[in-house]
Amino acid sequence: MSSQYDIQVVQAEEDPTFRPDLVMGGATYKSIDDDVAGVAEGFLEKPSLVWYAMFGVSVSVLGMLGAVVAYLLYTGVGIWGNQSPVFWGWPIVNFVFWVGIAHAGTLISAILFLLKQDWRTGINRFAEAMTIFAVCCAGLFPAIHVGRVWFVYFLFPIPNQMELWPQFRSPLLWDVFAVSTYATVSLLFWYMGLIPDLATFRDRSRTKLRKFLYGAFSMGWTGSSRHWHRYEKAYLILAGLATPLVLSVHTVVSFDFAVSQLPGWHTTIFPPYFVAGAIFSGFAMVLTLIIPVRSIFKLEHIVTLRHIDVMTKIILATGSMVGYAYALEFFIAWYSGNPYEQFAFTNRAFGPYAWAYWIMVSCNVISPQLFWFKKIRHNIAAIWVITIFVNIGMWFERFVITITSLSRDFLPGSWGYFSPTLFDALTLLGSFGLFFTLFLLFIRFLPIIAMAEVKMILHKQNTTKEHQGGHH
Amino acid sequence: MENQPETLGLLAEYETAEELLAAAERVRDGGYKKWDTHTPFPVHGIDDAMGIKPTILPWIVLMAAAAGTVTALGLQWFTNAYDYPFKVSGKPLFAWVPAFPVTFELTVLFAGITTLLGMLALNRLPRLHNPLFDVPRFDRATQDRFFLSLDATDPLYNESSAKALLAGSGAQAIDEVPDLGADHKLPTWMWQTAVVIVFLTFVPLGLIVKARFNITDQPAIHILTDMDYQASYRYGEQVPLFADGRAMRPQVDGTVARGALMEDDALHLGLDDQGLPLATLPMEVTPELMARGQERFDIFCTPCHGELGLGDGMVARRAAANRGKAGMDGGWVPPTNITESVIAGQADGELYNVIKNGIRTMPAYGDQIPAADRWAIVLYMRALQRAATSTMADVPADQRGALNQ
Repeated sequence: MSSQYDIQVVQAEEDPTFRPDLVMGGATYKSIDDDVAGVAEGFLEKPSLVWYAMFGVSVSVLGMLGAVVAYLLYTGVGIWGNQSPVFWGWPIVNFVFWVGIAHAGTLISAILFLLKQDWRTGINRFAEAMTIFAVCCAGLFPAIHVGRVWFVYFLFPIPNQMELWPQFRSPLLWDVFAVSTYATVSLLFWYMGLIPDLATFRDRSRTKLRKFLYGAFSMGWTGSSRHWHRYEKAYLILAGLATPLVLSVHTVVSFDFAVSQLPGWHTTIFPPYFVAGAIFSGFAMVLTLIIPVRSIFKLEHIVTLRHIDVMTKIILATGSMVGYAYALEFFIAWYSGNPYEQFAFTNRAFGPYAWAYWIMVSCNVISPQLFWFKKIRHNIAAIWVITIFVNIGMWFERFVITITSLSRDFLPGSWGYFSPTLFDALTLLGSFGLFFTLFLLFIRFLPIIAMAEVKMILHKQNTTKEHQGGHH
Repeated sequence: MENQPETLGLLAEYETAEELLAAAERVRDGGYKKWDTHTPFPVHGIDDAMGIKPTILPWIVLMAAAAGTVTALGLQWFTNAYDYPFKVSGKPLFAWVPAFPVTFELTVLFAGITTLLGMLALNRLPRLHNPLFDVPRFDRATQDRFFLSLDATDPLYNESSAKALLAGSGAQAIDEVPDLGADHKLPTWMWQTAVVIVFLTFVPLGLIVKARFNITDQPAIHILTDMDYQASYRYGEQVPLFADGRAMRPQVDGTVARGALMEDDALHLGLDDQGLPLATLPMEVTPELMARGQERFDIFCTPCHGELGLGDGMVARRAAANRGKAGMDGGWVPPTNITESVIAGQADGELYNVIKNGIRTMPAYGDQIPAADRWAIVLYMRALQRAATSTMADVPADQRGALNQ
């Protein structure tokens, strides 16, 4: 399949208007179903040992997370390294990390849909699922970080026994609304996209139980054109709603920092800088996951090298934006003439957390620059390694922002150095257990590629070729 | 019904989307109303070929979005500016800018939920069974084949002519849709279980409502008591850690904490040379000091004393409303009306002392309000007292017109 791609790439170099095919390998509607639904159906005939091994590990790590959270609830947040002056610590670092990752899915489904980027169909289902699972992981952290979880309902405007209302002038409350709205709308978007594909699963099912369950969740979908008409309109509306929503979520998350008056946080660049970073980390995570999956389940003709090539370019663009933001923070610190601001940034790059700062810069600014080279963009192994570096770098970005500013604020007398505990590390590891457990269940039971949309692209591709008179 | 048709309609299968489009145009031109096409993906051009009118869904979503906007603004205004108007850091109780994020999010949330539910409702979904599913061939409608279904209830429907129309439109196969409705009842146990589960979900909700509207004199249930009984030393306790056994550590000899050097008795204690309360402020009275006093008063004093100092702040009003309710009579002393003559007659130094050290149930604010700000508040209290007893004659003649409006 890559040879077919290579031929098309050569053609693209000769003719800049030529775009390689989005669906390769002489696919038909039937072969798309067989390949995509075959991933989930394959488990009925030949259980995948790789899947069971990975699922076993993920569930064990998830169980460990459950134990850590139980211990946390019983003992209190003191099991973590959160300590004066750094009360936010790793839980908030992890929260922002996961929320950031959650941005790619809805971006691909919504913004790329409005921009009519057909290549999104190969990866949108996958990225949306990743979004929802990442939001689950993100939501966990603020919930357990409040310490006494049984009072978490104080966050919501529910009439309570103290006759008090939440404080709507606080960015932390905006965050509650932004993240829960994002989780809900992403779930709706994902589910709506799933309905036609669940119907395909229903109609391919051979056992009564599968037919009943897929039938219940596909809600009696018959592919009626009158239904498709409203469905497409609804999809367009959701895309229109989700587009500003995606941009708003990390903007509001950045307000948690920017609205406070701490040096290093109190800057107006935070909203766009956070959003660019979120898209950057989200695309990196999509690639980290989809590269092994497309190879294990033989989906290289649907998630083609062209898809991967486009995503690496997005990573290159957003990574450069993030690098620009890092540089601009220093410029503004100098230009503002504010000594606290200047100290905060000198301290980031050359203070006790310099090691974290330079890990962040190497992973986020330097490593994606390799994507300028076509050789790297077509080397799957190199891409996979770079995306893992980006994931690590983006975690460190949130670490640098949260920890360095809190640990050294205005008064030298209140400075400190943050040290995480074993439980900090176990909670972070555990959140990956939650993420991968959900993800593996998704691969096992649901259509991992939007089959109906890929068929539509295939139909478009075939009709265009007929019109061109088959001269290719 | 006696003359119910044996079949519910006809189902024709086509191999390609283009064949289906051509057939759809023929059926449309034939004047049929109750018919549909079924495709594995949305086929572009089918709306025109079938004569489908644009859906009203966008208007429904627009109304839901407007409802979300109104709900969000109403919620924020009601909770923070009307039901419990509690000043925080002297900020306005309600303003558009801080209200914007939540308003945006709820607008999107309402619109998003309505989009999915509206789409399903307009499509009459979810639907547990559809007679078309009884045609085995129809499984491919969601996979790789294109179908056209004609409903037998269409006024133009006539089985032989309809069959001829479909056969002439290039259909690969034509099936009759059988009426097997009775075979597709949900098993009794299934819907009975569903009813029981739905009923059970109301039980915890009911318990919460019961707890919410009942007052008990039992202490609140604390599952984990580590916040109630903390392993820390308290003031005056004996500890084995130090030679003198005191938990409260004394200051190192000869040191003064930052900001704790209070040499000026007039400024810090409000006392004159004889140790009596000062009659006037120990500083120059300026418009800036008055403005500062108003700002600090709004932040620290209004929750209890109210914006005019009449003793009717939000805390006092809520306490008065709850007076007499069971469990709500815990020795509440209403805050004083600071414009009363008893208070107005006190020396500035005495008012200063109350702010610094508290009085009766009013706590001391010395730790929260620095000395200069306490005097600014005293100055503003004097302004409030003056305002409470003033008449129109006190207002400069050129300003009276503005007040009368």
